[in-house]
Amino acid sequence: MIVRIATEDQYRLPDGDAERLNELDNEAVAAVEADDEDRFHAIFEEMLDLVRTDGHKLDGDELEESDVILPPPDLSFVEAGNEFTGDGLIPD
Amino acid sequence: MSTVIKSKINKMLDKAEDPSETLEYSYAKQMELLQNVKKGVADVVTAKKRLQLQQQKLEQQVVKLDTQARQALAAGREELARTALERKQFAQTELQTLDQQVTELEAQQQGLIDKEQKLRSKLEQFRTKKEVIKAQYSAAEAQVKIGEAATGVGEEMADVGLAMQRAVDKTEGMRARASAMDELEEAGAFDDNLSLTAGQDDIDRQLHELTSGSQVDDDLAKLKAELGSGSSTPSPALEQGKPTDQPTPGGQP
Repeated sequence: MIVRIATEDQYRLPDGDAERLNELDNEAVAAVEADDEDRFHAIFEEMLDLVRTDGHKLDGDELEESDVILPPPDLSFVEAGNEFTGDGLIPD
Repeated sequence: MSTVIKSKINKMLDKAEDPSETLEYSYAKQMELLQNVKKGVADVVTAKKRLQLQQQKLEQQVVKLDTQARQALAAGREELARTALERKQFAQTELQTLDQQVTELEAQQQGLIDKEQKLRSKLEQFRTKKEVIKAQYSAAEAQVKIGEAATGVGEEMADVGLAMQRAVDKTEGMRARASAMDELEEAGAFDDNLSLTAGQDDIDRQLHELTSGSQVDDDLAKLKAELGSGSSTPSPALEQGKPTDQPTPGGQP
């Protein structure tokens, strides 16, 4: 599975990580919906950590499309909220 | 959340012309993109320089306020000394914020430079790979393979775009804050405790009066000594200490 951390790098992850990543993704969404900023940042960090530690950075000569794109690591809570309600990082 | 991001990046890609076609035929387009990244880096550097200039001004201000506080205290003006120290405190806090921002901008600058290099190398890779694919596969297969590789490069392009947009947005925010500070300063709109780098405000004037006041005393004492009328020299002259009746360094054994 290829995962990109937006504005950073692409990583190749074992397929087994997909489920864990998905769980964390759901928890992150739940935290945003519950307006729990601390919890959101903690979970988001965990997602980034999982990708960075479990994954291998793609080489410059690998031209792959990502299966998953995580938001930029410096994502603010407000921006995370906008992902679900407003225009998000990239306006439609 | 990631799904949202992904679909949006895809939308961004879809909106662009067919990436493989763009990449294959439009060298100018790629160069334009790389130029944009260069411009983004330049913007970040400009913003950083400006913040560094403010840092210098604040550092000078801290030294100045410290001196002023000492002067005021020496002159027995404790309230004035307190005000100067309060401002010094504020300037130091502001300085910490600036330090953080400069560090942040440096990270962004480096990030953009890295991204640009990555994109450049992927574009080169694509160019090479495309030729290999064309030579090895049937036309139909080659088209699919080149399309896949193009999507990879296209995603990288979109990501560079996103990184640049975020860097520029942040830079803009910092720049807006910096100009707001400059404008306030010029207009003298800071109230007492917020006045940072304003040149001649009330505390400056009062301290200047203090300093020039003692300067006048010094001058007067010197003059008295020169005229030889100072048989009983006043204490400020002793403290300042160079009446002409003292032996000159040259006269020392």
